[in-house]
Amino acid sequence: MTLPDILFYLFAALTLLCGVLVIANPFSRNPVTSAMFLVLTIISMAGLFVLLHAFFLAAVQILVYAGAVMVLFLFVIMLLDLKEEERRKVKSFGLITGLISVGAIASIFLKVLLTAGPGAGAVVPTLDGDPVPLGKLLFTQYVLPFEVVSVLLLVAMVGVILLSKKDLK
Amino acid sequence: MIPGLEHYLVVSVLLFCLGLLGVITRRNLLVMYMSLELMLNAANLALVAFSRFKGDLNGQVLVFFIITVAAAEVAVGLALIVALYRKRQSAHAEDLTTMKL
Repeated sequence: MTLPDILFYLFAALTLLCGVLVIANPFSRNPVTSAMFLVLTIISMAGLFVLLHAFFLAAVQILVYAGAVMVLFLFVIMLLDLKEEERRKVKSFGLITGLISVGAIASIFLKVLLTAGPGAGAVVPTLDGDPVPLGKLLFTQYVLPFEVVSVLLLVAMVGVILLSKKDLK
Repeated sequence: MIPGLEHYLVVSVLLFCLGLLGVITRRNLLVMYMSLELMLNAANLALVAFSRFKGDLNGQVLVFFIITVAAAEVAVGLALIVALYRKRQSAHAEDLTTMKL
């Protein structure tokens, strides 16, 4: 086992552990704690991206998710009332039905994964993580979706400004 | 065991299920929203793993677009939650019963 293999297990364990703590933290039900553990999940997932030689995406993941999106989350959490969540009890009916349905879906996924064995036909990875081919692909074959996404961001920006006006009609 | 495609996919599936569990069981709108982000991230991980082990860059381009659209989606969703909170003074899914029959 080489260092990247050990790092894979480390980052995978960290991702899953922090993911559990996002949705069910035994010590605190404060949304700020959830947000902080979501940041940790995203950062360890960026580590997994690095191990998969997707260096550009790892950087984008940290910049966009851990940077912009989570700051937005924390701003909104600060804007809203936090005391509310502490008083409420978790309904056991919802918890049990949720666990059953998610367990069923997980077992289906894992069964498919084990029977299909997608890694068997996988070639030895050839991509070396260079961002240049990715940029070339983005600006030649995917140039139309790229422009459409920029329009989408503009639409989202205008919509958010309209939605967060004080006197929403 | 040396991690291959299956290992990354198992991590992705488990993370997706965690996000789904969060959406189903938690009733705080913000935490539900964070669980949605978790599910999106799980899908991204699966795409990047496939892209790596099939030697095909299209998966990474798709992940790039998913991250961009997710950022826009988070902004719009949080603005909606803030607008809702101004109207109802609550960010709790059980208090939003206007459309209940």
